[in-house]
Amino acid sequence: MTNAAASFVNIGERTNVTGSAKFRKLIANGDYAAALDIAREQVANGAQIIDVNMDEGLLDSEGAMVIFLNLIASEPDIARVPIMIDSSKWSIIEAGLKCVQGKAIVNSISMKEGEGPFRIHAEKVRRYGAAVVVMAFDETGQADTYQRRIDICARAYRILVDEVGFPPEDIVFDPNIFPVATGIDEHNNYGVDFIEATRWIKANLPYAHVSGGVSNLSFSFRGNESVRAAMHSVFLYHAIAAGMDMGIVNAGALPVYDDIDPELRELCEDVILNRRPDGTERLLEAAQRYKGGPVERKETEQEWRAWPVDKRLEHALVAGITEFIEADTEEARNRSTRALDVIEGPLMAGMNVVGDLFGSGKMFLPQVVKSARVMKQAVAWLMPFMEEEKRLSGVDESSSAGRILLATVKGDVHDIGKNIVGVVLQCNNFEVIDLGVMVPLTKIIETARARKVDIVGLSGLITPSLDEMVTVAAELEREGFDLPLLIGGATTSRVHTAVKISPHYHRGQAVHVIDASRAVGVAASLLGAGKIAYMENIRREYIKVADTHARGLAEKKRVPLAKARADRFKIDWPNYTPPRPTFLGTRAFLNYPVAELIPYIDWTPFFATWEMVGTYPLLFDDPKIGPPAKALFDDAQAMLKQMVAENWLTANGVIGFYPATAIGDDIALYEDETRTTERARLYTLRQQIARSTDRRAHVALADFVAPRETGLADFVGGFAVTAGIGEEAVAERFNRANDDYSKILSQALSDRLAEAFAERMHQRVRREFWAYAADETLSPADLIREAYDGIRPAPGYPAQPDHTEKRTLFDLLDAESATGIKLTESFAMWPGSSVSGLYFAHPDSHYFGVGKIDEDQARDYAARKGWRVEEAERWLAPILGYEPGSREAAE
Amino acid sequence: MSASNTASLIRAAAAKRVLVLDGAMGTMIQELKLTEADFRGERFRDWPRDLKGNNDLLILTRPDDIEAIHRAYFEAGADIVETNTFSSTSIAQADYGMEGLAYELNFEGARLAKRAAATVTKATGRQRFVAGAIGPTNRMASISPDVSNPGFRAVTFDDLRLAYAEATRGLVDGGADLILIETIFDTLNAKAALVAVEEVMEEKGVELPIMISGTITDLSGRTLSGQTPTAFWYSLRHAQPLTVGLNCALGAREMRAHIAEIGRVADTLVCAYPNAGLPNEFGEYDESPEAMATMLGEFARSGLVNVVGGCCGTTPDHIRAIAAAVEGVPPRKLPEVAPRMRLSGLEPFETAA
Repeated sequence: MTNAAASFVNIGERTNVTGSAKFRKLIANGDYAAALDIAREQVANGAQIIDVNMDEGLLDSEGAMVIFLNLIASEPDIARVPIMIDSSKWSIIEAGLKCVQGKAIVNSISMKEGEGPFRIHAEKVRRYGAAVVVMAFDETGQADTYQRRIDICARAYRILVDEVGFPPEDIVFDPNIFPVATGIDEHNNYGVDFIEATRWIKANLPYAHVSGGVSNLSFSFRGNESVRAAMHSVFLYHAIAAGMDMGIVNAGALPVYDDIDPELRELCEDVILNRRPDGTERLLEAAQRYKGGPVERKETEQEWRAWPVDKRLEHALVAGITEFIEADTEEARNRSTRALDVIEGPLMAGMNVVGDLFGSGKMFLPQVVKSARVMKQAVAWLMPFMEEEKRLSGVDESSSAGRILLATVKGDVHDIGKNIVGVVLQCNNFEVIDLGVMVPLTKIIETARARKVDIVGLSGLITPSLDEMVTVAAELEREGFDLPLLIGGATTSRVHTAVKISPHYHRGQAVHVIDASRAVGVAASLLGAGKIAYMENIRREYIKVADTHARGLAEKKRVPLAKARADRFKIDWPNYTPPRPTFLGTRAFLNYPVAELIPYIDWTPFFATWEMVGTYPLLFDDPKIGPPAKALFDDAQAMLKQMVAENWLTANGVIGFYPATAIGDDIALYEDETRTTERARLYTLRQQIARSTDRRAHVALADFVAPRETGLADFVGGFAVTAGIGEEAVAERFNRANDDYSKILSQALSDRLAEAFAERMHQRVRREFWAYAADETLSPADLIREAYDGIRPAPGYPAQPDHTEKRTLFDLLDAESATGIKLTESFAMWPGSSVSGLYFAHPDSHYFGVGKIDEDQARDYAARKGWRVEEAERWLAPILGYEPGSREAAE
Repeated sequence: MSASNTASLIRAAAAKRVLVLDGAMGTMIQELKLTEADFRGERFRDWPRDLKGNNDLLILTRPDDIEAIHRAYFEAGADIVETNTFSSTSIAQADYGMEGLAYELNFEGARLAKRAAATVTKATGRQRFVAGAIGPTNRMASISPDVSNPGFRAVTFDDLRLAYAEATRGLVDGGADLILIETIFDTLNAKAALVAVEEVMEEKGVELPIMISGTITDLSGRTLSGQTPTAFWYSLRHAQPLTVGLNCALGAREMRAHIAEIGRVADTLVCAYPNAGLPNEFGEYDESPEAMATMLGEFARSGLVNVVGGCCGTTPDHIRAIAAAVEGVPPRKLPEVAPRMRLSGLEPFETAA
């Protein structure tokens, strides 16, 4: 199972005397306080590990290493991350190892002086308890071809693992990044060789990692930082896809792959991938043009610009205009005694206007988010002044309505809703600590404690997240917290919160929040004067909900599995000939044109994301929502245009078709059409709801596939598509620009594009690839209404609520390497803007919900999947029609 | 009995039940109300410094008392007792000017405890073990004692390594069955101890199982040197210890969450020996045997622990109650831990698969 949490580890390189002239100067002058500031800044900017290197001929390198590491140990905000002890001299490395209490990484050891010293160094590293970077270097020199790289790495790996007993997961290979575009033909393939060696290492040396010093690559473009950065970004893009999972990179200075001017990107790609003999020449020639930065556009001044500054600030906030905010904020600051007065005065007054308009339904979420963007940028401008004032006065005067921690729980990647909640809360003067996505339990607990938060808010979209929320609640209880716990996200519900979460958290109170616009009210009530009564009300309400639910469970009748099976959905097989797909096995679609997907976007859910309820395009006619909806739609169209023109996102997809036979409630997929060797098995779940008034069947997906006894040669397809490669980087870019509005807009659009991709691909499957509806001509609106034959149900959704089936599908399609989509430990797809599912072709196949199942089916399903019953009950928890009581209590 | 045989005997026992460690030595020594003259004995009658309070020295001057305490713990149900050598390093003994006695203290300390173990093993037919205790010393390798000079260190890694190696030699030669590195409030000290123990074992051609026990100093949930329990484990797991866990500073109630955290990440046995509660207003640990046993029994039933015992304030009565509380409770099952690179600073860091 993969976990994308730290799939590429950025190692900060600025505390490296060989890489940073500034740092070298500070160390040479003994200015360790300023040198520590550099380390601190790197960690604050997100370096997950910091590299410390003191290799400089004129320094006492060993002494400097020891002093600096000792000083870091006294700075908790630096020392919280692991250290990479970087030196080409063993004595310096060993001195460093004696200064760190944590588990560090040594960078590096090699077989440069033969196997003997290599073994001794490796043994010591193991004994000191560190991980190790091994350079692809042997007695004859540094590996400079693909073959030498893999030979040396393989040899080192065998010595480390088989002879020294080094844990393979603690080995990092550095297969040497060398300069390309040097004018020497022998160097042209260096990029390709590194990337291919990386691919080989990941495939052949289990658990080992690959790292490299990226800046070396562009050595011949010294002085042209924009071209260098573009080269690094392009190189990393390809190397990471091949499996490079660590790198010494100045991440802050790197452009997003998709942001690079397409022409420059192609030139870089030609050079790095050695695609054409004149690549170097062409890049050199173009490089001159890319020395400057982008030019900002100017807009004409408008009437409101003549208003007094407080009014201008209010107008900018309400209208969401960022253009003049820094200048206006500065003007207001110059007229105030303290920077904080600007926030507490005109800015808060403006936000109160926004809050009133929102509260009275005159402003809508997208506009509020835009206002927040303006506010954030104003605050960012004031921050350094406030820091300075704080330093001088020694008091922290900022006062917030409360501090709220937000996190998308472990295993889940979806965060649009959480981001919106964060913005709305901030607009109302709450301080929000957003821990992002896939946040482990311990981080939530530690942050809640360390930052003394007033409320913890958890978000999640996929069903396994519900379980994780229960775990977090139980842990909060155990750790003695009594804070309110907010629960939100698409699969969460009041019932789940009342029945599953609340009972694990007695000290505090779990509260379900149905949408972002309620978040402020709930948070304010939970922290306000009437909080005790408020919580008491919720507690009572939840007890009632849980009670009703329990009675409901007992009352709702389900039929035994055997009976449901007898009543399966019956297809008239004798009068049906299954169509044969035009190919069997998989076909991948890389870099699918995003422009082609736009007409397939279903806009109604897009507006729902922004809490604007109504069917597209009818909602434009609504007198209230209409105008802001149209404004949002225009912004979306503009961004889509830019997304396409500037290649922000990469869309990748893979589809596959397999000979299939239904076996009971399962579907066997075969290697070939002889249908003798089973390749994979899809497990499906059957409806068990008792039907009193109608005679509808008890359906399972397996019913849509011809069983063996029919003698029919049937098929099943599968797909995984994403429009989200690059979405994280885009969101991060907007994040850095304090632009939540564009961030959320880009995420919502990526999501829609992924769905559109699934729609478009399904259409092509029906017309071209499975080709059972070659002459289908449906408009995109008809497609959205699903007016076609065949279905594409997704694991984790109502027709097959078991998310773990995604693993089988992904393995079949080899989807992770084909598309770059990864599955988290909870089987969420990463990037979040991804869709996967099965294809069924039979015209009678249809969407349905499995609904609640009984213990007999849970046990049967567990036996079929080779699971323990507890495991089945865990993954199927949201659809269990009974309380797996005794076992749960024993947990 | 060979060392690897000891290891397999302990592992076999730990697979079947929750093992019991002994309780406090200091508390028992206090009960004896010994005088300065008692501490000195004949041999150190004219020692130039005060010796009262150097509890480890009683190994040499009151060996019968120490052996009796060990025996009392074994008889109360302990499977393992710790040698009385918490401060028997040249670094810690320097306060008394007794750095030259470090080897002898460890050697004799192990022999005394082994003798008690042999007696009780013979009497009860149940195999008893001796853990050679290595304390933290009174100096820290990662924190400066001088606030105005944070880069300064009162002790270096190599100072510690040498002192720990000497202590380990004494313990191994004296016959200890295991090595227990305990009350770790600075993980770097423990890393030095682990290097020393490995070096000595290599030098002597023996392989003793290692027990590691950290100390979460207060309710912040971190070690004194600032690590979280998970980061602490990541720093030391390379030594592949027989057990990892926590002792001292906290009572069972306060220790629970931290032990649970270690138990979730550590693919080895977990050992907890808390104090008898938090100190009362007189600085005494006064949690009753029953109260403490109830909590440790709950630890066991919740599947949190494989070895339990007591630290400050606990007595043979506590150990008897604890042994009874965990009797028949199945030991904690080891979690499956996927191979991933796990690093740490003060906080843990895990890479993707």
